Amino acid sequence: MAASFAPHGHLLLLLVAVVLACLGTAAAAGSGEGYTIAGRIKIDGANAKGFGLPAKTSNTKVILNGGQRVTFARPDGYFAFHNVPAGTHLIEVSSIGYFFSPVRVDISARNPGYIQAALTETRRVLNELVLEPLKEEQYYEVREPFSVMSLLKSPMGLMVGFMVLMVFVMPKMMENIDPEEMKQAQEQMRNNPVSFSSLLARAQG
Amino acid sequence: MAAPPHRPLLILLAGLLVVASVATLAEAIYEDQVGLADWHQKYIGKVKQAVYHSQKSGRRRVVVLTEENVISSLDLRSGDIFWRHVIDKNDPLDQLSLSLGKYVLTLSSGGTILRAWNLPDGQMIWETNLQTSTASNPQLHVMSNNKVAKDNLVLVSAGRWIYAVSSIDGSISWEKEFSLDGIEIKQVLQSPENGIVYAVGIAGSSKLALYHLSAKTGEVLKDIQESFPGELSGEIVLGSDNVLVALNKARSSLFLIEFNSGRISYNKVHVSDLVQDLSGTFKLQSLSNGVIALQTPSTVSLLKLKNTDGLEVVQRFDQPAALSDALTIAEKDEAFAIVQHMGSQIEFVVKFTSDASSAMIREKVNIDQHRGNVEKVFLNSYIRTDKSHGFRALVVMEDHSLLLIQQGEVVWSREDGLASIVDVTTSELPVEKDGVSVADVEHNLFEWLKGHMLKLKGTLMLANADEVAAIQALRLKSSEKNKMTRDHNGFRKLLIVLTKAGKVIALHTGDGRIIWSNLLPSLRASRFGVMPSALRIYQWQVPHHSVMRENPSVLVVGKSGAESSAPGVFSILDSYSGEELNAMRLDHSVVQIIPLTLKDLSEQRLHLIVDSNSNAHLYPKSPDALDVFLHEMPNLYFYSVDILTNVIRGYSLQKSCNIEGDEYCFSTKELWSIIFPSDSERIAISETRKMNEVVHTQAKTIGDHDVMYKYLSKNLVFVATVSPKAAGDIGSALPEEASLVAYLIDAVTGRVLHRVTHHGAQGPVHAVLSENWVVYHYFNLRAHRFEMAVIEIYDQSRADNKDVMKLILGKHNLSAPITSYARPEVVVKSQSYFFTHSVKAMAVTQTAKGITSKQLLIGTISDQVLALDKRYLDPRRSANPTQQEKEEGIIPLTDSLPIIPQSFVTHSHQVEALRGIVSIPAKLESTTLVFTYGVDLFYTQLAPSRTYDSLTDEFSYALLLITIAVLVAAIIVTWIWSEKKELRDKWR
Repeated sequence: MAASFAPHGHLLLLLVAVVLACLGTAAAAGSGEGYTIAGRIKIDGANAKGFGLPAKTSNTKVILNGGQRVTFARPDGYFAFHNVPAGTHLIEVSSIGYFFSPVRVDISARNPGYIQAALTETRRVLNELVLEPLKEEQYYEVREPFSVMSLLKSPMGLMVGFMVLMVFVMPKMMENIDPEEMKQAQEQMRNNPVSFSSLLARAQG
Repeated sequence: MAAPPHRPLLILLAGLLVVASVATLAEAIYEDQVGLADWHQKYIGKVKQAVYHSQKSGRRRVVVLTEENVISSLDLRSGDIFWRHVIDKNDPLDQLSLSLGKYVLTLSSGGTILRAWNLPDGQMIWETNLQTSTASNPQLHVMSNNKVAKDNLVLVSAGRWIYAVSSIDGSISWEKEFSLDGIEIKQVLQSPENGIVYAVGIAGSSKLALYHLSAKTGEVLKDIQESFPGELSGEIVLGSDNVLVALNKARSSLFLIEFNSGRISYNKVHVSDLVQDLSGTFKLQSLSNGVIALQTPSTVSLLKLKNTDGLEVVQRFDQPAALSDALTIAEKDEAFAIVQHMGSQIEFVVKFTSDASSAMIREKVNIDQHRGNVEKVFLNSYIRTDKSHGFRALVVMEDHSLLLIQQGEVVWSREDGLASIVDVTTSELPVEKDGVSVADVEHNLFEWLKGHMLKLKGTLMLANADEVAAIQALRLKSSEKNKMTRDHNGFRKLLIVLTKAGKVIALHTGDGRIIWSNLLPSLRASRFGVMPSALRIYQWQVPHHSVMRENPSVLVVGKSGAESSAPGVFSILDSYSGEELNAMRLDHSVVQIIPLTLKDLSEQRLHLIVDSNSNAHLYPKSPDALDVFLHEMPNLYFYSVDILTNVIRGYSLQKSCNIEGDEYCFSTKELWSIIFPSDSERIAISETRKMNEVVHTQAKTIGDHDVMYKYLSKNLVFVATVSPKAAGDIGSALPEEASLVAYLIDAVTGRVLHRVTHHGAQGPVHAVLSENWVVYHYFNLRAHRFEMAVIEIYDQSRADNKDVMKLILGKHNLSAPITSYARPEVVVKSQSYFFTHSVKAMAVTQTAKGITSKQLLIGTISDQVLALDKRYLDPRRSANPTQQEKEEGIIPLTDSLPIIPQSFVTHSHQVEALRGIVSIPAKLESTTLVFTYGVDLFYTQLAPSRTYDSLTDEFSYALLLITIAVLVAAIIVTWIWSEKKELRDKWR
């Protein structure tokens, strides 16, 4: 947890600069009115270093306390809120296509400059205020490519499968039946023939 | 006996086909379905500043700043948006400028935040926070011809501060705080000599101070002060290179102040000597080269400076006119434009400041009637092919629309009034007339089949890229959804919106195009500068039976002024044509509008308007409306929520009014009031059920075959209060001092049915009340997460009804009269869940019969709309649901509500600055129409339980036909085969 104890005066500007230099550390600087929360947004696959924002997310907003203040992320992902009073604050990131967890930021009034940050969704404590999306958001249903397997897995497919099974397995079972019984059955069949055509004829009649 | 070997194969084939067609019924949409049932429109709002980007090559653009707090770059050829940023309302934009030809600079929040945006793509480059005392009128000045290290300094003046900021990286190169008591810097000027900046400030009310500063260091080189007799108003403009013109506080005279090499001398001129009969407020505008414009709401006078000796009037315009800023044209000459409104035309005049009396260009441009007066003009010049100067101008009209005028024509126009929608209602389209047959649309069977074959290919993923494009075009073209007649499913409707400018616009739900628009005369600003405000829009007449032939109409209610006692304004418009049928000025104010469910004989809906004297006025003022109303009057109760005094009051109506002879006026009698202790509770929100909500089932059958009766009272009001310390933003209160109390109140008796306290919770609170439940969203300070709580309310007094024996013996209480006065025995179930995002707006889906299950529509902080099934907000969810509960469809308990990206109804769009979500039932029970507005508009169709009552557009008819054909063929083949076999058997 990075903590910067900032005395008043001009030294503090220097300190902020130092803190900012150590790659997006959660920074707080005491001044007459409040502190500065500075951080960085990191979206993977943005550029070689992994920092910064992809081109399509030029509209990445960082929101403090549910809309009290809104700022934008720079191309390198940096953002900052100035003159924030001590207390417990909430930072949300709005970027289309990504799901960011809100971040709880505590600015201590007793030891000025001490800040603590944690993701509210996963309760993970952040050592530095680098916000990463928890996941990418896919707004559209993905069309499944046409595959025979998906068809076979459906209820209709199962029905068809069962029928196919019957077609090929039943004759095999018939073979195992005692030839005499078979003969008997066939004779019975001949005596009162039931056929598809007669069924149809009956239906018409 | 073995079945014929062919049969199963055929069945297999048929089965495959059927399955393929069923598989397309899915909940979320596919990427290629975008734009089929939805549309998204982007707006920017009323432009208040515009800066042209003059570039020799590439696309010409203009950067604008609007009253909706949007900064945007527009294509000058077409008016399309290149990029756009909606800045938060808490961070109002004040100034706009360009620097180095590639940065857009904006100054906001009273001069405390300076941002630079990349001109080509709108990416924010840097942001600088300036410590200033927030000033009312901060200034932004970009230094020109400063060649120091290729950098350009930007001067920001606000209050007593001046900052010089580098425009490359936003670092502050110097800052200067002036110590003079009460000084406010009004102007920052660059002197002709390089390296010196003049700062003009007013201290107190009568002292003028002029500072000479070094542009490099900010060091004060010279400091001149002068006191003036009488007070200055603070309005000060630069007349010419070294003459300032200031207005005195009484607004009766002008001071002409000359500053020359360390000396200030001044001269006083009376305004009445220059311009007679000047009424109302006026403002000064400098056009440089000694030309000053004096603007009142109805006139514009051009004044020419004669050194410091005085002013002379060059020209006066008695029509409402707008004036542009001066534009530098090559040879040190400057041009400006005046646009005047003349009937259905506007006159566009360009003048040079060197010769203000004659016009350089005078063009008449035809303009749509419903745009009102010209409010602002931004002039731009270009070099014609013959090397002469051509002029074009962006014109902002009274209805907030933006037009580009060039060569006497409107090149493009943007209807940006739609960025500020106040209220929405809907209207049905006309019924299809006889003679126009639906079959005409499906004119060609071959074409139709071809289209379906294409779709089939698409479904089976066999289509190539060209075919996919063809399918998409076919879908989007589908003329069916854009017709101007009523359809069977009720998808085609008119969305009638009322905008802040007082314009009523009807949009077609099919593609969002504008059917008609009307700028209401009664809601336009008067000559005296009084601004009326548009309030609400209601359905006035919805013809059904006897008056079927008449067109429906809508009612627009407004106020003729900002204060609450301002008299109201009524306007009734035809829903099909937008024509104003009737306009009324009311003789009373409008505090509360109560649309009643009653109708008079001509099917006009009755409306009750409560004025500031607590009298209720009935509209329409017709005898039969009065008859209908008097009959129902004893049963009418209403309530009012007064947030300022923290009181909710319930009223009944009485047949007497203090105004003599007005039988449509009723006095009100206070029946009850709930006074919340203002030291511990503040009303945050009150919410009631939608008037037109339909509930299908009165009871809910739970897993163990028991029945719970819903408490369905139209008089249920949800009120949430927060502790005063927690009334502010998140981060301002500690969990110990914050609490939120939710009340369910019966509006007839004022009885509190339920009360629950959430300790450590605070606002902002958003709530939605529907059927017998309320869902509200708030912030939990202890967990530091947002929460959504649900309260379901059940009627216990009817719980005995389920006893069959009693029912048979007649001992049930079904026949007992239900009265709103009785104390209901209610049982309440509640539960709360974590929700990840902040919420901007909440609504619930409405369907025609109320059978379809409900979804909550949640407008999140990222300006998207999430559809969340109400089942997730069931108070009966438990960690381990029993078998019975599982059958009932209860989802196992989780501590937070799921956010499934596919259930964002706005999919990949954002409705910037989202303010409202409206759900309109379609005729088809499964479907509801959702309209979302903010700076953008978004419309879509939503089926909360999927389209169970119709086939989707995706349904492949060709597949169905093929399946049937194959089946028939299979039957015939098997029949023939079977016949043959039988014959063979018989011969054997």
